[in-house]
Amino acid sequence: MSAPTLERPAPDEAALQRQFDATIAADHRIEPRDWMPEGYRRTLIRQVAQHAHSEIIGMQPEGDWLLAAPSLRRKAILLAKVQDEAGHGMYLYSAAETLGADRADLTDKLIERKQKYSSIFNYPTLSYADVGVIGWLVDGAAICNQVPLCRSSYGPYARAMIRICKEESFHQRQGYELLMTMMRGTDEQRAMVQDSVDRWWWPSLMMFGPPDDDSPNSAQSMAWGIKRHSNDELRQRFVDMSVPQAEFLGVTLPDPDLTWDEQSGHWRFGAIDWDEFKRVISGHGPANDERIARRRAARDDNAWVTEAATAYARKHDGGRPAEEHAGSAA
Amino acid sequence: MSLTSEGGHGAVPTGAEIPVEPRPAASRRDWPLYEVFVRGKRGLNHVHVGSLHAPDDEMAVHAARDVYTRRNEGVSIWVVKAADITASSPDEKDPLFAPSGDKVYRHPTFYEIPEDVPHM
Repeated sequence: MSAPTLERPAPDEAALQRQFDATIAADHRIEPRDWMPEGYRRTLIRQVAQHAHSEIIGMQPEGDWLLAAPSLRRKAILLAKVQDEAGHGMYLYSAAETLGADRADLTDKLIERKQKYSSIFNYPTLSYADVGVIGWLVDGAAICNQVPLCRSSYGPYARAMIRICKEESFHQRQGYELLMTMMRGTDEQRAMVQDSVDRWWWPSLMMFGPPDDDSPNSAQSMAWGIKRHSNDELRQRFVDMSVPQAEFLGVTLPDPDLTWDEQSGHWRFGAIDWDEFKRVISGHGPANDERIARRRAARDDNAWVTEAATAYARKHDGGRPAEEHAGSAA
Repeated sequence: MSLTSEGGHGAVPTGAEIPVEPRPAASRRDWPLYEVFVRGKRGLNHVHVGSLHAPDDEMAVHAARDVYTRRNEGVSIWVVKAADITASSPDEKDPLFAPSGDKVYRHPTFYEIPEDVPHM
């Protein structure tokens, strides 16, 4: 019998990979301190960070109407919604940090345009009806995307999504209610709603990403349980949900090819302008520069608050340097 | 550019051109990381809900209220610096939890009692 030793054997990567594969195959969750393949970790950081950025940038288009909302009730609702978007961003940065990412660094990567956010937030909100249409269509599309993510194979991401989905339902309903109220108003108000739907319908369909045959990474993400449904599947689900809602509201969706297909039980829709999508996501949409400039100003103009709070904490916390912290363990 | 729709609010690029590794300089600038635990209502344990960055303990509690309890989700909040948490290692899962695995006699189902014994 050999002498007892405290040295642990070197980790066997093949065995770890088998354990990881078995966890995914059993539809169990991967947790932060588990071994995971490097590609899985990187793909998740990209996706979760960019999702977080979308929530944070997503505060801006609607935030533009906070002071112009027509009543105290509407201001309070919109303020609560914009606060939720900030909260969603925070839940997601928290999840990204469990993967070894750093929150301040992710913000820098957003501002330096190295990491992206959803193309939808690069469109401007030109009228107050846009607040309603964003709630109805943009948040409606987000819900289609996000509900399956509550079963994502990565535990912290799935748990963040459960919290987010509970709150998104308020977002969609307040938007639809706002639109119903406007549609009961004057001809001018009804025209505002229709104009807004005309501008947001196609960008909302683009939110689901390129068609499946042009989505090369999807298969790997599906195998890892990071992605649960294909882009086209989710887009079709969204169209099928939205058509009867548009009818109830009394607006026309701006697609002459929209037809009911009896055989498949789905609404068929026209061709999406993917050139526009690619232009917007690569930085040439109507509001890309404005969005990033405002996020940069928020970081830089408020830096003195961060520094003051750090100095105060150092003075009252036994001189423990604030910089010393480890990655999230939970 | 490879894109996935499952970036929540819409398609985002997920190819290798998007950087993911933090720079140490940026990592050292931020406030310390706190883990947040919330008691949903009286009678329940505090449960881990996520994390946030704050300059000190008091600010961490205030931030936790804003981030994690906007809709009466809790009646009490704990925050603790992530660096102060000691956790079991997932690598040691087998040796750490093995001692309880072979002690089936700790469970009530281990004992066979005739069905007609009352109140057992």
